[in-house]
Amino acid sequence: MFLGIVAVFVGMFLSLLMRIHLVWPAAVLPFLGDIKPETYLTLVTMHGTIMVFFVLTTAPQGGFGNYALPIQIGAPDMAFPVLNMLSFWITFLGFVVMVGAFFVTGGAPLHGWTGYPPLSALQSSGPGEAAGADFWGIGIALFCVGALLGGLNFITTTLDMRARGMTLMRMPLTCWAWFLTAILGLLAFGVLLAACILLLMDRNLRTSFFVPAGTINGIVTAHKGGSPLLWQHLFWFFGHPEVYIAILPSMGIVSTLLSVFSRKPVFSYKTIVYSMLTIVALSFTVWGHHMFISGMSPYSAYGFSVTTMAITVPSAVLTFCWIATLWRGKIRFTTPALFAIGFVSLFVSGGVSGPFLAQPALDIPLHDTYFVTGHFHLIMGVASMFGILGGFYYWFPKMFGKMMNETLGKLHFWFTFAGAYAIFIPMHYLGLAGYPRRYSQPEVGYLRDLMPVQRFITIAAFITIAGQLIFLCNLIWSLAKGRKATDNPWEATTLEWTTATPPPHDNFGGLTPVVHNGPYEYSVPGAPRDYVMQTDPATVTTH
Amino acid sequence: MATFTPTAPAHHPLTSRGIGGTLPPIAGGGDNNRPDPGLPDYRRRLRRARLGLLVILAPVLMLFVSFTSAYIVRKGLPTFDPATNSVVHDWLPVPLPTTLFLINTIVLLASSVTIERARRQIVRQAALAPVSDIPGVSLGTEREFPWLGITILLGIAFLTGQWLAWRDLADRGFFVSTGPSSSFFYLLTGAHAVHLLGGVLALLIAGSTVILRRPLESRRIVVDVTAWYWHFMALLWIYIFALLEFAR
Repeated sequence: MFLGIVAVFVGMFLSLLMRIHLVWPAAVLPFLGDIKPETYLTLVTMHGTIMVFFVLTTAPQGGFGNYALPIQIGAPDMAFPVLNMLSFWITFLGFVVMVGAFFVTGGAPLHGWTGYPPLSALQSSGPGEAAGADFWGIGIALFCVGALLGGLNFITTTLDMRARGMTLMRMPLTCWAWFLTAILGLLAFGVLLAACILLLMDRNLRTSFFVPAGTINGIVTAHKGGSPLLWQHLFWFFGHPEVYIAILPSMGIVSTLLSVFSRKPVFSYKTIVYSMLTIVALSFTVWGHHMFISGMSPYSAYGFSVTTMAITVPSAVLTFCWIATLWRGKIRFTTPALFAIGFVSLFVSGGVSGPFLAQPALDIPLHDTYFVTGHFHLIMGVASMFGILGGFYYWFPKMFGKMMNETLGKLHFWFTFAGAYAIFIPMHYLGLAGYPRRYSQPEVGYLRDLMPVQRFITIAAFITIAGQLIFLCNLIWSLAKGRKATDNPWEATTLEWTTATPPPHDNFGGLTPVVHNGPYEYSVPGAPRDYVMQTDPATVTTH
Repeated sequence: MATFTPTAPAHHPLTSRGIGGTLPPIAGGGDNNRPDPGLPDYRRRLRRARLGLLVILAPVLMLFVSFTSAYIVRKGLPTFDPATNSVVHDWLPVPLPTTLFLINTIVLLASSVTIERARRQIVRQAALAPVSDIPGVSLGTEREFPWLGITILLGIAFLTGQWLAWRDLADRGFFVSTGPSSSFFYLLTGAHAVHLLGGVLALLIAGSTVILRRPLESRRIVVDVTAWYWHFMALLWIYIFALLEFAR
């Protein structure tokens, strides 16, 4: 969890540097000097890599999942605690190696988080492509191994360690989300690992899996016959499920939060589970939509387009379930609730541009523009982050025994919410106007005219990131002086709220909970309170 | 408005934490309302370890599936040759050290058999362990055939055989970077060898539990899980051999 927080601040810092460079290219920063165009690409790469792998993948799964999954299903710990530890340290090592890329000769790589060869596969293709790119590749490979060990633990724990009465269909939706994420990860990270091994071989053993014959900087390479497209296929076969690895845990958290804070059962539990399952299944069939501009056959583009459109169906169903959960609920607008509602808003705003990009005819002009940047940041970046923040505010009392400050929390929410829209909606506009992404400095007239928009985004980014300091202050203040939390401050029903705050070492103090109810029994007619704990015996039944 | 009904009917007695009476047995993860008579602890650990193994085989499989798909794609890929200004295929078939590979295959299959014997042997030991404490009962104390040790030796023999195959290929001028086919040859055999090495290490750990005086159950779990893993590795090797042989 704290690794996630550190990583997110490193990533945010990098994005801030990028924004500064885009708007004031000549700015000389204290300690860091001026930013050259290649440094800009380095920042793009490392921001993307750190955010995707070490924040969006690690924080919701490794951070919350490891903590909350066992306690929510009534288990004393994860199935293999030692493996879990190993998984964490391997991930940590991966992060260290990744950040280490900044400090080797030539600096960090500049091939973007997607690492397309031949740029990424040749040592001489750029300043960061020497040792820096090796560090990048090894960092990713280590991350894969860590993530696989983690996934193994999640699946085994979910299948084998549920308490009595905790049937699969009584698990909180968070557990379903973690379980499905682990399945996705297990199938996807093996492929990324394979691709990384091939890439590292191309880089260091002079094989030609991905590198075709050609020249680099005027010198003929020792490679021939490889296919950069092969990398793209392998990478995106992992890369698209990765998007869902990032957002599924947030979907689970948000489903829970919305139900808890609107004091209503979640709308159609089974529909949510089956929608998530459908997303998992479909996510392996859509990777080609990242490659519409790679020169693929229009027929396969059509196929990928159809599957991509299909995935909007379960996504829309989920959205309707969330809205219906809120509908006519007695909503308690606490900080976690605000973040959950914010997630739904961002999920819709980021999601609607998806079907545009799913069509090859529209994707081809838009693909390399800020439109895509705006799209995926809203849905994969910020929306997932809102789920994570909501979860953090929600479980903080259970983890540390202190409540977080509500006023600061709400302030943080509004800063972040308004900021996210102020940053990413104008990016769609930039993209439609033809502003290409990953360009350090546009030298063309019509792009210069768009500079005011870029300046606006940078200022918005400054304010939003400053807003995150509120979160940090709140965190530190609450840890030191926060109001003491009761065992069940949110009046929620799931198992983690039946035990002491903070929970004893084996979660339940030697006792084993027995589950009698579903996870979202709120406002039950005839029940003594407006919620029924999962462990409460079913005393009221009307059939 | 919904009325209060459990989302799934409960078929077990309505006992709960904090309400008097006896607590249910700790066991019963994933029970789905199955009555649980309180299995011995190690049975549960064994089940969990087997499940974990089954899960971890998925990414191993995905790794080799990815390599295979890359193999097939790369094999069929035409490449532009600037020397002749034409599109050519640069896939040179690798001369496989078939005899050596056949010997290695037999060694690995034999090791699969011995590890299965080791697994069954330790199952028997574990089952008889409670009885052997009774005075006058000498069951299970006979000197056991060292199946585990033989498996480790056969595993190392296989790895050495693979190493010889690599040397053989290198002697004939096929190195990792010679051509795509030789790259894949080293990649596939190497990746398999690394995985098998993991199995050998696991067996060494299982063997050392005797010295470390760890409980028999722990050893049994390691041996059991490694045995399944080992069989998987044997099948995987046959698959790789077939791929290299028939899709040359």
